[in-house]
Amino acid sequence: MTSRRRDQNEATAELPAPAADRGLLDRRAFLTGAVKVAGLVAAGTLSGELLATAQTAEPAAPETPPWMKTPGRPFRGYGQPAKYEEEVKRIIVQPYKDIAPGAGESMTPLHQLQGTITPNGLHYERHHSGVPDIDPARHELLIHGLVRRPLKFSVEALLRYPTVSRIYFLECSGNSFFNAAAEPPQKSCGAIHGLISCCEWTGIPLAILLDEAGLDPRGRWIVAEAGDAAAMNRSIPMEKCLDDAMIALYQNGERLRPEQGYPMRLLLPGWEGNMSIKWLRRLTVTESPVYSREETAKYTDPMPDGKARQFTFPMGVKSVITHPAAGITMKGKGFYEISGLAWSGSGRITRVEVSADGGRSWAEAALQAPILPLALARFRLPWNWDGSPVLLQSRAIDEKGNIQPTREKWASQYSAGNTYHYNAIQTWSISPEGEIRNVYQ
Amino acid sequence: MSTNRLLGSLVLLAAVICVACPAFSGPDLGRELKPEEIAAWDITVPPDGSGLPPGSGTAAEGGAVYFAKCADCHGVKGMEGPADRLVGGIGTLAAKKPLKTVGSYWPFATTLFDYIRRAMPYNAHRSLSNDEVYALSAYLLSLNGIIDPEARMDAKTLPQVKMPNRDGFVSYWP
Repeated sequence: MTSRRRDQNEATAELPAPAADRGLLDRRAFLTGAVKVAGLVAAGTLSGELLATAQTAEPAAPETPPWMKTPGRPFRGYGQPAKYEEEVKRIIVQPYKDIAPGAGESMTPLHQLQGTITPNGLHYERHHSGVPDIDPARHELLIHGLVRRPLKFSVEALLRYPTVSRIYFLECSGNSFFNAAAEPPQKSCGAIHGLISCCEWTGIPLAILLDEAGLDPRGRWIVAEAGDAAAMNRSIPMEKCLDDAMIALYQNGERLRPEQGYPMRLLLPGWEGNMSIKWLRRLTVTESPVYSREETAKYTDPMPDGKARQFTFPMGVKSVITHPAAGITMKGKGFYEISGLAWSGSGRITRVEVSADGGRSWAEAALQAPILPLALARFRLPWNWDGSPVLLQSRAIDEKGNIQPTREKWASQYSAGNTYHYNAIQTWSISPEGEIRNVYQ
Repeated sequence: MSTNRLLGSLVLLAAVICVACPAFSGPDLGRELKPEEIAAWDITVPPDGSGLPPGSGTAAEGGAVYFAKCADCHGVKGMEGPADRLVGGIGTLAAKKPLKTVGSYWPFATTLFDYIRRAMPYNAHRSLSNDEVYALSAYLLSLNGIIDPEARMDAKTLPQVKMPNRDGFVSYWP
């Protein structure tokens, strides 16, 4: 690591210390409140443009806007975003077009959001056969196989069970697969990396239901099956089922959205999203994996020697700068807050570093507390852009010591055909004109 | 001991017992199932072929079903798309441009029956008879050169088919 030491600027009181090259400032610069705009300007660290804004202290009295002259509209039963935010939408990808419009995905517009919780209407979707319209009165959950008592639960019954609420990210195994292509795709940040979202999920610990059914000690796996037209099924190791797996019924406080598995879904924190079976209808306790199409033909990761990794469950340590990022245009040189998301399927994020020179020098970013395991973490770093070309990168490290790899290192593990478990460092190239492009580094 | 103190002691005792309990205990609101009830739900076919239903089919029979119900999306030869390629690519997995198909990549023939019955054809799921599913499985295995075109697939023969990429996977769990 080549991070600069903070004491380089000790002589200049109240100035944010540069933390790495190309204008990256110390992560504590704006948290302590010690920095004064006047000091920054005097030292020439902020642009003249910002100075001009700061000096326009007494504007003319504004005209009274219409919304201050008449009452606003009355109440509505279910709130909607401001109409001025209409362009904040999921990015829809339908690879099979008209022949299977419900197969594909819609991606969270990461570059248009802040914080760490994804609004329910913007949670990413990945469907293999569209979104079913399931009547909860006709939906049931079966638990059978190697159990003492096979059981069937109505939705109504499950809503009476003890619950827990946990904040977890969910990431599609294929997230960021566009960057596996030989040439970097010129898409927005959300359109490249938006198969990740984070919610507070409320549901029943799966262990409770398994306890009621009575596990046979021979049961080492559970095959979970969906109740939609794809009836997708995946084999899940018993260790996970008895650890933190839950039957999720609520998402950010309200019942699950249909596209997230209404009336119930399996949730396997930190593991590839495909396994968190939506519209859950059946759990079969087995001795072995079932080797379904989704864990053989798909969701296996081909390696250069022609063999493929199978059962690669946890999502790798990863981060992406969402501001500034492709999909945003820079507004001239001067101060920016670099901000982004970091996560790991192996636990908590412990550190995120940011580089503005393509990985030559790194500055440690501030992490927004609380930093929860298997949840999105928001990182931030103040930046004074001098208008020169930069290569912005972020690199995450988790509590197990896993370090987000470079693209080259990631690619060396797989064959050219692999599109799963992409977690390489993202590089955003920013030109003096303020254009942001996706580049490989 | 006054009634109040007795009550207080009982509450305290109850609290202590609860702390000693497992963190969660379920209210047991499930209904116990009989084996015959489960059969109607169970559509899973693992590699050993358990769960395969009665019935059978050949490649010739499967070809007719394929052209009627599959070729629009998978192509006349099973290689053209636009949906997933089903045929070809055997021996390409270590090449610069690997081609993953049923023939080149899938490790178990039983998965064909499981998946076709479960999720195909895309716009009419669960509409095929068991004979049709066996026949389609035979047709695709035959097109890939994995079984003899005359071979009849059923609950006994399908699990015996050895797929070219049977040993192509490395388990990362545990």
